[in-house]
Amino acid sequence: MKRYYQKDIETMPVEQIRALQEEKLKKQVKHVYEHVPYYRDLMDKKGVKPEDIKTLDDISKLPFISKYDLRETYPYGMLAVPLKDCVRIQSTSGTTGKRVIAYYTQHDIDLWEDCCARAIVAAGGSDEDIVQVAYGYGLFTGGFGLNGGSHKVGSLTLPMSSGNTDRQIQFIQDLKATILCCTPSYAAYIGESMKERGIKPKDNTLRAGIFGAEPWTEEMRRDIEKSLGIKAYDIYGLTETSGPGVAFECEEQKGMHINEDHFYAEIIDPETGEVLPEGQEGELVFTSLDKEAFPLLRYRTRDLCVLTREKCSCGRTFIRMKKPRGRSDDMLIIRGVNVFPSQIESVLLQEGYAPNYRIEIDRVNNTDTLDVYVELSPDQFTDTVGAITDMERKLSAAIQAVLGIHPNIHLVAPKSIARSEGKAVRVVDRRKLLD
Amino acid sequence: MAIRQLTIFVENKQGKLVEITRLLAENDINMRALSIADTKDFGILRLIVDDTDRALVELGENGVMVKITEVVAVEIPHRPGALSKTLTVLADAGINVEYLYAFLASKGQGAYVVLRVADNKAAEKALTKAGYLVLNDADCID
Repeated sequence: MKRYYQKDIETMPVEQIRALQEEKLKKQVKHVYEHVPYYRDLMDKKGVKPEDIKTLDDISKLPFISKYDLRETYPYGMLAVPLKDCVRIQSTSGTTGKRVIAYYTQHDIDLWEDCCARAIVAAGGSDEDIVQVAYGYGLFTGGFGLNGGSHKVGSLTLPMSSGNTDRQIQFIQDLKATILCCTPSYAAYIGESMKERGIKPKDNTLRAGIFGAEPWTEEMRRDIEKSLGIKAYDIYGLTETSGPGVAFECEEQKGMHINEDHFYAEIIDPETGEVLPEGQEGELVFTSLDKEAFPLLRYRTRDLCVLTREKCSCGRTFIRMKKPRGRSDDMLIIRGVNVFPSQIESVLLQEGYAPNYRIEIDRVNNTDTLDVYVELSPDQFTDTVGAITDMERKLSAAIQAVLGIHPNIHLVAPKSIARSEGKAVRVVDRRKLLD
Repeated sequence: MAIRQLTIFVENKQGKLVEITRLLAENDINMRALSIADTKDFGILRLIVDDTDRALVELGENGVMVKITEVVAVEIPHRPGALSKTLTVLADAGINVEYLYAFLASKGQGAYVVLRVADNKAAEKALTKAGYLVLNDADCID
């Protein structure tokens, strides 16, 4: 079985990767400067010319691009090739404002699909596999990205799209799918639904899953692995850089290898914009080194994470990114305390609850309130009120120990919290509605 | 000897109790006794019904969180001071009652008391020794 999809690149010595990146960066900066007036203006304002970029470290001279710039230039302002050279668009959901439209030439699609193919092979996939893609197909990058990667690997691809859980399970059972690709919350839901139908983890043919597109915790990974009887691999990406496959996990499950031949990663201080050394936590910034149509330079992802060059036993030399702690715009400030929903999820799973929860923040008499709704499972349910209120108290104390603020816990009936077939919406911030 | 009680989790939301009672009605299941413990967010409904197994299946299949709890049921006379006497027997035996509810017997003059205790066997022993009739499932649904 192949261990790598493109061995020469994935195991290239670090100096060679950096030399390759440097060469590509110089070319890319010139391409963008010449074809994207908006970015040319940003560079001119900073007094930077493409000739000033001589080494990789010179990248710090370049201006950042943020979501703000993408909104300003919507829909065509970041396009770097004639529209007739583009073959596809993909788009974000637009939940945090105006949607972002990303353009692709055939070359861009190819490199994106290569990245996804690397992820599938790293998860043990080959042409012997049957890959069930239960990410949404359409403008969302998840479905088409993994679909393309699976084709490249030569796996039999089941283009299920998300939803219709009965049919998902039927295909897993009847066609004997071996690799499942979807959001982690949907994977958890499929696992839960299989259990309800009396299908044991060992009775399905799945052996790996490639899950991404939303933040998830290590505890959730173990939960999914147990319920589906698989090894669960994380995959990272965002529409602005192409889609899933910017980084992917290998069998070590210790951070995701960034496809460095296509993407240059930096960690910066989100306040000052200063580049931070390896190992320090900060905001992840990506530069697309190869993309033609929508080549963002120094795009600020708002994801907070850490990079490491530590050697990986899988043999890949690509730098690894730890699972992002959360997107900085997912972070909630409750009574002045920074709270990531993932922290609450960790505690819930550690305390033996299912990953079905809803977080509600409100403001009552000028004080922020935090309410966590979590489903009680039938085996936790007892006939005395005391036992259940004790569980609520215990959970509340465990969350308070992590966050430093007191949450109101509400144990609710199983299935009463809506399941997600795509990206889960777990936080309702009513304070925002008041503003 | 203990009898089987249905224990049902009910969220404090409009229509939740209707949902449960309607399911029982549609399946022609008769309730003999009922008690609810309520908190701000949820209630726990405890039921003695004439067809426990079918109620369990019907409710479960319709997404109701339900389980069986074994409780002790005992017949006592229907007159002032009777319950007090019964509870004294349990207290003297060092048995703590977590909750209880009562209903009238359908035949005879007595009342039935359903008791939730930590140790059913010990409670039954103490009650039998004091001359009480400890009931089984069939006694309760007649």
